[in-house]
Amino acid sequence: MNAYAQAAPRAERPWGRRLRGWVPALVVLGLGLAAWEWLLPALGVERYLLPPLSDVLQAFWDDRSELLEAGWITFKEALGGFVLGCSLAFVLALVLARWRPFGNALMPYMIAANAVPIVAFAPITNAWFGTLSPWSKIVIAAVLCFFPVLVNTLRGLTSVRPESIELMRSYAVPQRVVFRRVRIPNSLPFVFSALKIASVLAMIGAVVGDYFGGSTDALGVKVVSAVSVAQYETAWAAILVASMLGIAFYGVVAFAERLALSWHPSTRAGNE
Amino acid sequence: MSTSEAVVSARSISKTFGKGGVNALQDIDLEVGQGEFISLIGPSGCGKSTLLRVIGDLVEPSSGEILVNGKSAHRARLDRDYGIVFQAAVLYDWRTVAKNIALPLELMGYDRATRAGRVRELLHLMELDGFEKHYPWQLSGGMQQRVSIARALSFSPALLLMDEPFGALDEMTRERLNVELLRIWAELGSTVIFVTHSISEAVYLSTRVVVMSPRPGRITSVVPIDLPQPRTFETREDPRFFELVTQVREALHAGGAEL
Repeated sequence: MNAYAQAAPRAERPWGRRLRGWVPALVVLGLGLAAWEWLLPALGVERYLLPPLSDVLQAFWDDRSELLEAGWITFKEALGGFVLGCSLAFVLALVLARWRPFGNALMPYMIAANAVPIVAFAPITNAWFGTLSPWSKIVIAAVLCFFPVLVNTLRGLTSVRPESIELMRSYAVPQRVVFRRVRIPNSLPFVFSALKIASVLAMIGAVVGDYFGGSTDALGVKVVSAVSVAQYETAWAAILVASMLGIAFYGVVAFAERLALSWHPSTRAGNE
Repeated sequence: MSTSEAVVSARSISKTFGKGGVNALQDIDLEVGQGEFISLIGPSGCGKSTLLRVIGDLVEPSSGEILVNGKSAHRARLDRDYGIVFQAAVLYDWRTVAKNIALPLELMGYDRATRAGRVRELLHLMELDGFEKHYPWQLSGGMQQRVSIARALSFSPALLLMDEPFGALDEMTRERLNVELLRIWAELGSTVIFVTHSISEAVYLSTRVVVMSPRPGRITSVVPIDLPQPRTFETREDPRFFELVTQVREALHAGGAEL
């Protein structure tokens, strides 16, 4: 028996070994990019299907200020929708968790709504808020973010072991304290999983919203107009910008998760 | 013993769950005096955990009267008269060992310096020195349960309610924690109500063993344990220990428990 088992030390893995862990992924990236650049043209893939990487990068470089400007506009739409949708969902989840009968009545519809292909509403929001208004895109992004955050947060707030709640009752503290000390911290891993999904969905919502019309400087509009005049390299360059922004957005949320959940076993250093 | 001296006084407590549902407790009468170590033993479904929760005002009885420290169980809970330990350690994953232990003190508004001092004492008492900055997942099951006991003791409640606290631990860890629990009980002079389904654990720890039977849950006998104090590892080899174990086992059989 060892009741005094020493806890595993939070040893950082040495940098060299960590880098070595990345080598296979980097090799795959290199091979993929090389295949894009040389293999596809060699196989006779037409430029309107997928132009070579160097042409896309050239198109990006030529239009870089315009594309980055457009990316920023679309990113602002996505971010606005993300903040709006996620905060409303979090607040509603708190309300539904606090007043359970209310939650039980609404939850089936929330789960059903989560399964609705919300981007289908994009043309409608254009009608509601005006095609040129950023709000039509913000709202689509917000609605896309709303349901996964609501459903996951509610699950996190309510999946607390009954003894945890009994313990708080034994201290005779009000519900507000139970939420602050137990339910909300318990929900955070669920919330951050949902926020990561939402960051991706927000970008999708904003870009797709642009596809149905928007201010001509927005990224999605750039893609559509470039394709319509057969500037496939520019369209791909815009898609590349959207992808980079999406990955960066996700990365920021994932980083915030690591900071906020430093206590969580999943974030321990040297996770085997 | 007059009611004012009794730490717990239960009179014809019954509890039925649901409409016409399970009779979890029926006509429970129990008096627990200051400084006693009472074990509630019985097979699963005999209502021993429910009785513990009635004492803690976590479950409301369907009928009967329950007094804790001479006041209603509800009042006693609001006054934070007891500390509770569950089978699972129920530590908060996002708090370090020290912060888990300090949680009740924080909720009760003790200042930082008092909390820190108290946490240091308890870490020492539970032999957890050096682990204050660890998170629960970094500890073994036995150590997690020590933290949970330290947390229950943090605000020095005179009454300790324990619901199968060592039920999930291996035999060796359990016996070791039994010894430590008795040491703390002797040191602090608290009253303990301890739910278990281990006969030897009940006999070893208690001043009285309350034997319960299921459906409906009721007290079938109370076995006083006259083993000398303090109890040591040798107590388990005392012939009197075996006699008492047999007596409790027979009481369980007589109560209709299938063992």
